[in-house]
Formats: sequence, structure tokens, C-alpha cells
Amino acid sequence: MTAVLPLPTAELPIAAGRLRLVTGRLLAAKGVLIGAVTVLLLFLLAFVGPFLTPWDYATPDYLALRQPPSGTHWFGTNGLGQDVFAQTVRGLQKSLVIGLLVALFSTVLAGLVGACAGYFGGWADRGLTFLVDLMLVFPSFLIITIISPRLKGSGWIAFVVLLAAFNWMITARVVRSMTRSLREREFVRAARFMGVHPLRIILRHILPNVASFLITDATVAVGGAVMSEAALSYFGFGVRAPDVSLGTLLAAGTDQAPVFPWLFYFAAGLLVLFVLAVNLIGDGLRDALDPTSGSRP
Amino acid sequence: MSPALLEVTDLAVDFGSQPAVRGVDLALRRGETLGIVGESGSGKSVTALAVLGLLPGTAQVRGSVKLEGRELVGLPGRELAGLRGRKVAMVFQDPLSAFTPVYRIGDQIVEAIRIHQKLDKAAARKRAAELLDLVGIPDPARALDAFPHEFSGGMRQRAMIAMAIANDPDILLADEPTTALDVTIQAQVLDVLRTAQRETGAALVLVSHDLGVIAGMADRVAVMYAGRVVETAPVDELFAHPRHPYTLGLIGAVPRLDAEGGPLVPIPGQPPALGSVGPGCPFADRCPLVQDRCRDVEPELTGAGDHLAACVRADELAERRPRPEEVYPVPPLPAADLTPRAEREPVLRVTGLTKTFPVLKGTVFKRRVGSVYAVDGVELDIRRGETLGLVGESGSGKSTTLFELLNLGKPEGGQIELLGQDTAKLDRAGAHRLRGEVQIVFQDPMASLDPRLPIGDVIAEPLLAQGAARELINRRVPELLRQVGLDPAYAARYPHQFSGGQRQRISIARALAVQPRLLVLDEPVSALDVSVQAGVLNLLQQLKAELGLAYLFVSHDLSVIRHLCDRVSVMYLGRTVEAGAAAEVFAQPRHPYTQALLSAVPLPDPPAERARTRVLLPGDPPSPTERRTGCAFRTRCPLYATLDPARQTRCDGESPALEDGVACHHA
Repeated sequence: MTAVLPLPTAELPIAAGRLRLVTGRLLAAKGVLIGAVTVLLLFLLAFVGPFLTPWDYATPDYLALRQPPSGTHWFGTNGLGQDVFAQTVRGLQKSLVIGLLVALFSTVLAGLVGACAGYFGGWADRGLTFLVDLMLVFPSFLIITIISPRLKGSGWIAFVVLLAAFNWMITARVVRSMTRSLREREFVRAARFMGVHPLRIILRHILPNVASFLITDATVAVGGAVMSEAALSYFGFGVRAPDVSLGTLLAAGTDQAPVFPWLFYFAAGLLVLFVLAVNLIGDGLRDALDPTSGSRP
Repeated sequence: MSPALLEVTDLAVDFGSQPAVRGVDLALRRGETLGIVGESGSGKSVTALAVLGLLPGTAQVRGSVKLEGRELVGLPGRELAGLRGRKVAMVFQDPLSAFTPVYRIGDQIVEAIRIHQKLDKAAARKRAAELLDLVGIPDPARALDAFPHEFSGGMRQRAMIAMAIANDPDILLADEPTTALDVTIQAQVLDVLRTAQRETGAALVLVSHDLGVIAGMADRVAVMYAGRVVETAPVDELFAHPRHPYTLGLIGAVPRLDAEGGPLVPIPGQPPALGSVGPGCPFADRCPLVQDRCRDVEPELTGAGDHLAACVRADELAERRPRPEEVYPVPPLPAADLTPRAEREPVLRVTGLTKTFPVLKGTVFKRRVGSVYAVDGVELDIRRGETLGLVGESGSGKSTTLFELLNLGKPEGGQIELLGQDTAKLDRAGAHRLRGEVQIVFQDPMASLDPRLPIGDVIAEPLLAQGAARELINRRVPELLRQVGLDPAYAARYPHQFSGGQRQRISIARALAVQPRLLVLDEPVSALDVSVQAGVLNLLQQLKAELGLAYLFVSHDLSVIRHLCDRVSVMYLGRTVEAGAAAEVFAQPRHPYTQALLSAVPLPDPPAERARTRVLLPGDPPSPTERRTGCAFRTRCPLYATLDPARQTRCDGESPALEDGVACHHA
């Protein structure tokens, strides 16, 4: 074993780093492919859909009130005579973007704050944990209610930031406690003694090792964000009538679902499809990052 | 030959479809000690547990285990329970988990007695106190009321033995009884086991991976490999003339306290994984004597008299009696640097290092109620191309010393000089540069590599930290892998795809990446099996000679230190008590603690082991939270006990400084 292996000294291919390995595993996973294609198709539907139908999401068709799906109105119409297909694709535009971005922002924030608090300890930990606890006890609805009138001009991105800002705290606490135990592991210690910069240790060692949890959490957060956006819209913040989102459509259609199913099930089906697709991508990403998960590239 | 007390025939244990034990035959006679030795995964513990019927329900046990002619395999649980403790008693490896933490030691022993004997509580309690006294626990009447966590590891193991012999069993099964203990405590516990055996006349089955322990204790030895016994013989015969190549390799792979350094005999490859044993001899892939016929059918355990071996070439080995290095290829070691010590530049110099940890109390407002004096006066001196062995038992402050060194900050007390630079005066940039010169290899090869990082990236990490260019990294990684004896194509694999020995090689490759001048090795081989350990030790010696590295080698295993180190430094309770050239210290230890430590190390050589006189240290090391006046070792010191009162006063009042390599007033 100790003898040097008789291998050709010349020209070995440069070993693939983690990035290439993970990308390779990711692309090899079938679930990820299906999920990604589904999300892409949903985006396509959301942004091309409005051009496929002559109807506008806001303008009512007074000749067709609460009509079931037909050749003219593909998904039927609602009580005001608005075309449900036009509304659904319009809502999908908003919800896709809001769901993905809120999940992304809140997970990144939670990961960074939690890892920093756990890794650095001491005053950084105390300060950040205090912030997390403070945010947890604030009634988020109240704050959003107060702030959102001032954000009228800045559009949906401000809304995304607001939603993300109240969605990361519990995740951050979990990440913090996971980090505290990781910090004492020998590989983190080894990196510290090698002089690796602390932020680099967090990015290279800590976050990949809590990634399984973060990814699971993010996929749940996508669906949660769409629904909390709906709740806010119900109170008149966020997406306002006549503009629609999947959330507002669902909120409006829920009580009519037994009698006029088309008002509810199209929007609900698309939301379920969306969350499922995100879950597939998340599972694949988790497996790709975890070398022990079995599937080899 | 007296009839066998315990007879195991063709015992086989499967876990699901994976065989763990594949046909073991053992016989144990009254009063004798049978040693079962083997590496991890060889099935030795499973065999012991199967005898007692203690395996989990997922295990399928076949074959026969006969105790005084009575078949135990397939016996209903109730009847087995009647035998356990009364006929056959067990001493487990981890004494902390073998006691229930919420009951007092005394109650647990009393319970064990009253299950099998009709005694009232008071009588049972009296008997328990006698038993604790027998195993050498001080103040047994009070110890009965102690909880398991109040005992130290050695005391718990003794109490465990007391409980095992409570019902005068015919057979004691001891499964790695001293593996978790320090050597001086190990010596005490082995002594207690001998006493217990003498008092009860029980036969002892001692399962261990440590050839030294087996050599000192056993009458007969069975060597296990891949779920089978490959050789069994009386102990002297086995160590002197092994007939199975595996036994021969094992004996050659063990570093010895009574031998000079030089290459060890590594057994190439890994033990086969559970369930992957095909037809033919399971050792064939690692065997230097392999022939084509070995791969066809697994050899039976045969031989004349009581020396049996499962090898087709056993007779040949019996006749030729080769030494291990004549059979196994031993790598040549490059010649060491012979520059006189005084002419070498110093790499590390530590003087009077101290470190205390506060003991805090209170939940809301923490108050400091005391201090742990973890390191309390450590002196180290390493020069270029030199290996310093840092020896000490657990709690002696070895690890704290290392972390203080590697922090490269201002120490709490004393001075650390690394490559001529005082670490207290370093600025951040200076400290960062110095980090490239000192690297560390940790003990646990599983925990020290990030499980989520391919090993190419793992090895590149210190280079990245020092800001090396991408091309350099791409060139160095394959180079380093080859240097530690791994295939460069492995760079894209993850740590979990490697075995323990290979992972430790990866750790070494990572440490070498930035071409450091000092390598700190924190128990680098203590988690490895003997045959694998030999390969890693050879690698370390080879790298040192090739690269002119200095090593700070921390270990509790004195044989390894003896084998590898040029100089040695012995620590007790945070202080350096003896330091000097390894050859001198090992030949003529001057400090009483070093003497006791050395005499406690078992030798893998039965006649030599029996001929030695032991210095047994009484008790456990005192708690480092109390600062004592005078010499910290005097509570256990065999020399102190023999001194006259006038000279004892000096030990009581005055802490000895390290002078001329030894910190003792009367050495």
C-alpha cells in the first residue's frame, strides 16, 4: 500500500470539483428534469397564455355569467363574466414569481443568518438571535398592513421582500442550532486551523451540510408563500382587484367549488402542479448534494 | 484433556442475508483463558454475544453452543436468562452504557445477586460490598450508594466485573473490556480480571483487538478473520510460530515497545466487507503466499494437536517458521537525516504553556466558581526533521496543548515560538502565513473530512486558503494523492467511499498540500485496525524522511510512539513530567509516572510479557479542577510511598520543575 502506485505521471485529467460533480448528478436525475420542464411549461403558460385568448382578465363578458368551460371560455367564466382562463394565467404569472422568489430570499437569509449566528457565537450570536426572536414576536400582518400603503408605487418586488422578511426566522433558528454542532466537527476545525476565512467555511462546509434541511424547507415555503400572498390580498394588500393571483382566485373560488368547480379546480390544479414540480427539483438537488444518497453520477 | 465446559460447533450468525460469523468452532475448558483476537468486522464480538443469546432478533443463529453438554442455541429466553449471570457472565466494552444511569451501583449489583440467589436485601448488600472490595474499589460501603456517573471509567469497569462475578459464574465473557481505558487503568482492570478469575475459578473468554493484552492474559488464542477462526493455538506457540499468514502479518504489524523503529509489516488491502465473501479463502486477496488453489475452496481449520490453522500452506509455514518480514513485502524506508540535533534549526519551542477553563455555575447569571487547569506548564522542543511524541493519558491536556499551538494566538501563560516567531507578537497576516507552515491530522478519519466535499476539493482546501493559483492546485492534487499511496483518479470520489486507512491518508495528503514544516498528528492511527495502522505509520516515516518534516505526534499508545518518535515528552495532569530522546526515556525512564506507564503497556510476546514486573498505579488521576501544592503525581506515586517523611515534605510543598528532562525531586 505504501509503495507509490505505478501510474503514468503524465496528463491526468483534472479531477472534477464539487460544482461539476453536483451538476452532473443533478442533470442525471430524472425527477429534476421532469420538475424543471414542468416549471418551464408553467412559465410558458403564464406568459404566453394571455395572447392565446381574446379575453382580458378584467373585462367582463356580460353575455356569459358563471358559464362552465366551453369553446369560447376555455375555463368558463365567473360571476362577473370574467374569463377564468385569462384570470388563471394572469394569476399564475404573479404566483410563480412570488412563490419562487419568496422561498429563495427567505431560505438564503435564513441560511446566512443562522449559520453566522451559530458559527461565530458570542455577541454575533446574541445579536442575531435577538433579531430573530424580535421578528418572531412581531405580528407580521400588522407590520405589512402599516408598511404596504407606502410601498404602493414599488410594485410586486416590494411585496416579495415583505413576505420573505417574515418567513425566515424559524428556519434560521434551526440552521443556527445545526451549525453549532457542526462547528465542533473536526473538518470545520481543520479548515479553521488551515486559515480558511470564516465566511468561506460557512459557504463551503456549513451550508452544504445543512442543505438537506434548507432545501426541504424552501420547497415547503414555495407553496406557503403563494397561500400567504392570498391571505394578504384578501385583506386588500398585495395583489388588488381587479388584478388577480392564484391565491386570490383560490380564495374567491373556495366557497363556490362544489357548485361551480371550474372557479376553483383550475387554479388549485395549477398550484398543486407547481408545488409538486418544485418538490421534484428540491429532492433531486438534495440527492445531488448528498453523496451518500445512493445514486451515482 | 478435561471435557470442555463450553463447546461451540459450527456457529453461524447472519444479519439478514449478510453472514457475520460463518462457522466457528471453539472449546473452552474449566479455568482456562481463551483469547479471541481479530480486527473490526471479523465477527469476534458477535461470536461472544451469540454464546449468551444476546444478539438482536434480526440475527439468525445456527450451529450449536453447548454449556456442560446442554444446548443453548434455540433455548427459550426464560431458560437462557436463568443461565446468564449465574453460569455465564458478561463484561462489556463500554461500562458507562452497561450500567443503568439512574440506579445506584449497589442496587444494580444487589439486583444481580438476588435474581439468582435466595438472599435477603441486607445479606446481598453485604455481599456486594465484598465484591467491590475484591475488585479494589476504595471504601466499598460508600461506593454502593454512588451512581454510575460518579465513577471514573476504570472504576465502572471494575464494578462491572464485580457484578459479573457476583454469582460465581463458570464462564466470564469479556468483550474488549479495556479498549476504552488508559493504559495504567487497563493494567489495573486486567489485574482485577485475573483476581476475579482466581477467586471464582471461572473460565475467561477475552475478546480483544490488542495482541498485547491477549499475549498477557490468554492460555489459548483463536484468531478470527472474516467471520471464521483462521488459527487457534496455545498462546506461546501462536506468537512464536504462527501457521496462518494473517496471524503472521498481524504480529509483524504491531509496533513494539521493546523494539527499535524501522518499517512495520503492513498487510495490503482491506478486510472483506460483510457478505462479500466469495468462494475460496477470504484472505487470498491480501495474502502474499496466495496460490491458485486458494481461490477455489475455503480451507478447513485443520492441524495436528491443538495448533490448528485454516491455510493450505500451514504445514509449509510450520516447517519454515519465517519471520513476518520474510513473507510480506516491506517497503524500504529512505535513510533519515543524520545531522546532529544541535545543528538543526528549531521548529517549535514551547515554554511554560498554561491554559485554564472557567467552571461556571448559574443559569441566568454565570459565576465563575473555579478553574480547570487543563494545561499547567508544558515544555516542548522540536527541531527540523524530528518527531516528538507527546504521551499522556486522557485528561492530561494533550489536546488542549495542541489547540493552543494551532490557535497561533497569545497563550494565556508561557511562550510559543514557531519557526522562530513568537506567536504572541504575530499580526493577522503573519499568523495567516504561519498557518501554511503548520498542518494538522486528526484522530477520527470520518469526522475530519467534510462528507459533502469530493476529496479533490478536500485536499485543495489548504492551498485555496493560502491563495494558491488554480493551475498549481490542479497539478498538486494528483501529485499528493500519489504521494500518500492513492490513485489520483479517486479525486472525484466522496469521503464515505473510502476505508478508514484510506481516509487517514487523505487527511495526510491535505495536510501536506501546502508543504508545511511541522505536522501535528493528533492520535492519527488510534481509530485504525492494526494491519492498516502499520501502512499509515510506514507512510508517515517515509514522508518524514523524504520531505524533512517535523512531527508533533500525540498518542496514548506508547508502542506507536516508541516506533515512530525520535524524542518523547510525557504529560501528567497538564504538566510535562519527563522529556528526552525516545531511546533513553524508553530504556531508562526516570520519572516514576513514566516508569509506571511503560510497565503498563502490554507486549505482544507472551514469555516477555509474563517475565515483566509491573508497577501498578493505585487509583485514578485526580481532578484537574483542584490546584494542589507540591507534586501533582504524589497521590499515586509509588516512589513517594517509599520515601521518609522529611523527603515526602518536599513533594508535598514544592512543585518540581522540569530540569534536565525530568520533573521529579527524587528521580
